[in-house]
Amino acid sequence: MSLNLALAQGGIEFKQFVRTRESLVFTLLFPVMLMFIFGSIFGNIIITPPGEIPQVTLSQYFVTGMIASGIMATGFQNLAITIPIERDRGVLKRYRGTPMPKWVFFAGKILCVAALALISIVMLLAVAVAFYDIHLPDTGQKWFTFFWVSVLGLISCTLCGIAFSGVAKTGRAGPAVVTPIALILQFTSGVFFEYKDLPHWMQQFAALFPLKWMCQGLRSVFLPESFASQEVAGSYELPRVALVLAAWCVGGLILCLLGFRWTTKREG
Amino acid sequence: MTDEELAISVSGLRKSYADNVAVAGVDLAVRRGEVFALLGPNGAGKTTTVEILEGFRQRDAGDVTVLGVDPAKADQDWRRRVGIVLQGTGEFDELKVGEVVRHFARFYPNPADPDEVIARVGLTEKAGSRTHTLSGGQKRRLDVALGIVNQPELLFLDEPTTGFDPAARREFWELIRQLSHTGTTILLTTHYLDEAEALADRVGVIAHGAMIAVSTPAELGGRHLATATVSWRDENGTRTEETDRPTEAVQRLAASFGGEVPELTVTRPTLEDVYLKMIGETGEQP
Repeated sequence: MSLNLALAQGGIEFKQFVRTRESLVFTLLFPVMLMFIFGSIFGNIIITPPGEIPQVTLSQYFVTGMIASGIMATGFQNLAITIPIERDRGVLKRYRGTPMPKWVFFAGKILCVAALALISIVMLLAVAVAFYDIHLPDTGQKWFTFFWVSVLGLISCTLCGIAFSGVAKTGRAGPAVVTPIALILQFTSGVFFEYKDLPHWMQQFAALFPLKWMCQGLRSVFLPESFASQEVAGSYELPRVALVLAAWCVGGLILCLLGFRWTTKREG
Repeated sequence: MTDEELAISVSGLRKSYADNVAVAGVDLAVRRGEVFALLGPNGAGKTTTVEILEGFRQRDAGDVTVLGVDPAKADQDWRRRVGIVLQGTGEFDELKVGEVVRHFARFYPNPADPDEVIARVGLTEKAGSRTHTLSGGQKRRLDVALGIVNQPELLFLDEPTTGFDPAARREFWELIRQLSHTGTTILLTTHYLDEAEALADRVGVIAHGAMIAVSTPAELGGRHLATATVSWRDENGTRTEETDRPTEAVQRLAASFGGEVPELTVTRPTLEDVYLKMIGETGEQP
């Protein structure tokens, strides 16, 4: 009964999302557009040391980061922006006036985000494979890594998004509060630039947040084994990726319980 | 009156926000099956009181029982028995009317048939429309549909007809009367005195966070005891007379005119007159 309710709630959330043109464009198409723009700018700049085979281009490096960014966009940005709007409109208060268990509301959001993330990943991957010389994983091991990095990344981003929805006091403030954070993380986590070239302090900063580890995990899936030597640690550090993302899932849940509000401050 | 006969029982309710006392000792008893209207100026504490009864806000002090339960400890069972139409409309924008009502019906074990609920609020033609295309009055009717889809024992209506045109308001009253006939207890807050008079069995007036009067609409503020005003027209223009015995006055006039009295009216203070006088005495702006 409750499980069906959660599925129905997810379905309603999904319907609402795909019928809202702004969120479709901002959350799903924007990462694809960025992939085209930066992919075209970076072109075939080779970032492997001279003579090393197989070669890796900056575009290939970038599109793995862009897939991670797409996951962050559907989980973090999407929820941190839309939940304050729903709170302003009184949608959350109305749900709270019904016997719907609270967890069903969150389950609905998470199911909706999972479906959107899947769509986003498929779209970005299709563009990456078609234009930027990315190959789908060729081993079960890599598919598995792809799966858990995406799932852990998505869960941590989603929970942080729900938690962060408490920061914006009004629906209008949402994008202004969230967008700079997302951009700063993208610039410092090795999406637009190679992580190893960033200043040390910036690397330290980005290593505190999930996006850097999501990017690194996805590089292990889509870039050659040998490219691991170009990582700061000299390897893709998959155990550490899993550890940090899992920690963010737990931390995100705690933040979520602390930060989420059903009503606006004004309403008390 | 025993607790079983009361849908709502409140005594000594208090609530403050920071430096502002919103509710300063409200007492209230609403019988099962009754339509009770809460009147009062903006900022008098109506909505705070109602939202405490709905379980949305915590009180500072006082005893509150709603359907036998303290709403501060409201559980799912209690929520299944209560319908809430909030002051603001929570919008679902891109969803269709039918989708929203059907979805909310899922939250309850014994919901009404969603199509029937949509018909009752007069939105059948709009069932397939997205909610953002509805007019203000239609959105409000959707709010009511969501408030009654669980067939509640008790329905809260917070300023339900604000922004309605007169015809829509009359239709809405008819809907509320039907609900009342089926035994639903209704607590209504409103700014419209004619609405309270048309719908309510009893009215309570809140000002400065306190209940200053509770009565039937006809008897509020001693209205039924107030003197009547008889007015008519003669060669000197419009004449009026304040009297306790208007029938006598009319008979006397009829005799002196030898039949029809020109432009005869007999009026008593309207609910609005009485209400404004009450509010005025407490020094609040109506």
